[in-house]
Amino acid sequence: MLENKEKTYTRSHEPVFWGLFGAGGMLTAFLTPVMILITGLLIPLGIIDKGNFNYQTIHSFATTWYGASIVLVLVALPLWHTLHRIFHALHDLGIKRGRDWQQVLSYGFAFAVSVFVFTLLLQIL
Amino acid sequence: MSQKIIEIDILRYRPELDDEPFTQVFEIPYNADMSILEALQYIKDHLDSTISFRWSCRMAICGSCGLMVNGVPKLGCKAFLRDYHPKKITLEPLANFPIERDLVVVMDDFIKKLEEIKPYIIPVKNEEGKTKCLSDGAYQQTPEQMEKYKQFSMCINCGLCYAACPQYGLDTKFTGPAALALIARYNRDSRDAGSAERMKIVSQEEGVWGCTFVGYCSVVCPKGVDPAAAIQLLKVESSKDYLIGMFKPE
Repeated sequence: MLENKEKTYTRSHEPVFWGLFGAGGMLTAFLTPVMILITGLLIPLGIIDKGNFNYQTIHSFATTWYGASIVLVLVALPLWHTLHRIFHALHDLGIKRGRDWQQVLSYGFAFAVSVFVFTLLLQIL
Repeated sequence: MSQKIIEIDILRYRPELDDEPFTQVFEIPYNADMSILEALQYIKDHLDSTISFRWSCRMAICGSCGLMVNGVPKLGCKAFLRDYHPKKITLEPLANFPIERDLVVVMDDFIKKLEEIKPYIIPVKNEEGKTKCLSDGAYQQTPEQMEKYKQFSMCINCGLCYAACPQYGLDTKFTGPAALALIARYNRDSRDAGSAERMKIVSQEEGVWGCTFVGYCSVVCPKGVDPAAAIQLLKVESSKDYLIGMFKPE
C-alpha cells in the first residue's frame, strides 16, 4: 500500500555554499592563470617591470578601499570554493563519521579566514 | 574460412541455487553486425536457456536491456560486438541496483522516485479550481517553449544514469539523474503548473544538492538527455527559490 500521507520535505541550505563555491570557482578559473602568468612568467622574464610589484606599491594598493575589497574577494571566495570541494570530497571518499563536524570545520575555516583577512585589511586601511 | 568466435563473460546469480554471483564464460560465433542483446539471445537459444536478462524493443526505445558492458553502463541493443572483438566482453547487471537474477536488477527504488516526482503535466486551474476543458481546445506552444524541455523528454527510463552515478552509488536516498531530469522536463514545460510541488523535492539535500556534477550520467545516456545539465539548471532554480523564500516565507 502506498502511503497517503504527504511526505515532509526539508529544504537544504546548500544554495548559500553552492553560490560561494560557484563564485569562487569562477574567480579561480579566470584569475589564477592570469596571476600565474604575471608573477610566474611576465615578471621573471622582465616583460613587466618588477618595480610595479614592490612592497610599497602593493601596500598602497591594498590600503585603498577598492584595493582592499579586491584582495578580500580574491582570498575569501576561492577559499570557500576549496573548502566546499573538500567537504564534498570527504563524502565521496566514504568518510561518514562526523559529517556535522566536517561541515563545521570546513566552512568554519573558510569563514574564520575570511573574517581574519577582512579585519587585517580594515586595520591597514 | 573458419568462423570467428568471441568470448563473453556473464555474471550469473540464481538466488535459489547460488550463495553469491559467479562468472560464466560463453563462446559464440562472432558477427560484425551483432548487438550484445543478440549475443545474449544466441546464448539463451543455443548454449544455456537458464540465463535471464530483460529486453523488449531491440531499438533503444523501451529502455529494458541496460547492463554493464566491460564496466560501462550500456543498452544491450545499442552496443555491438564489433566494438569489442577480438577482446572478450564482460557483462554484468547494472551497477548500484540490487541483482534480482543474472542480468536482471531490482528497479523498485528508481520506479518509486519516478512516481514521486509526478512525471505528468499538472494543468493550470482557473478561479473555480477547474482545469481547462477539452472543448476549449488544445494547449498551444511555440517552438521556443517546446525547445526548453524537449531534450529532457527523450528519457526512456533505462536506468543507465543511475548505474553511472557515484552519488547514487554512495547513497540511494539521492533522487538521481533521470528523475531530476524529468522534473526539469515538466517544470520547464509552459503547459505545466506543478513546479512548486516538484521544487520541494528538488530543494532537499537528497534532491539536486546530492549531485556533485560528476557528469558521467550525461556521458552514458543513450538518448542524449544530458541529465547533468538538467540538474545544474535546477540548482539555479532552487537557489532562486531559496533567495525568494528568505524574504517571503510561506
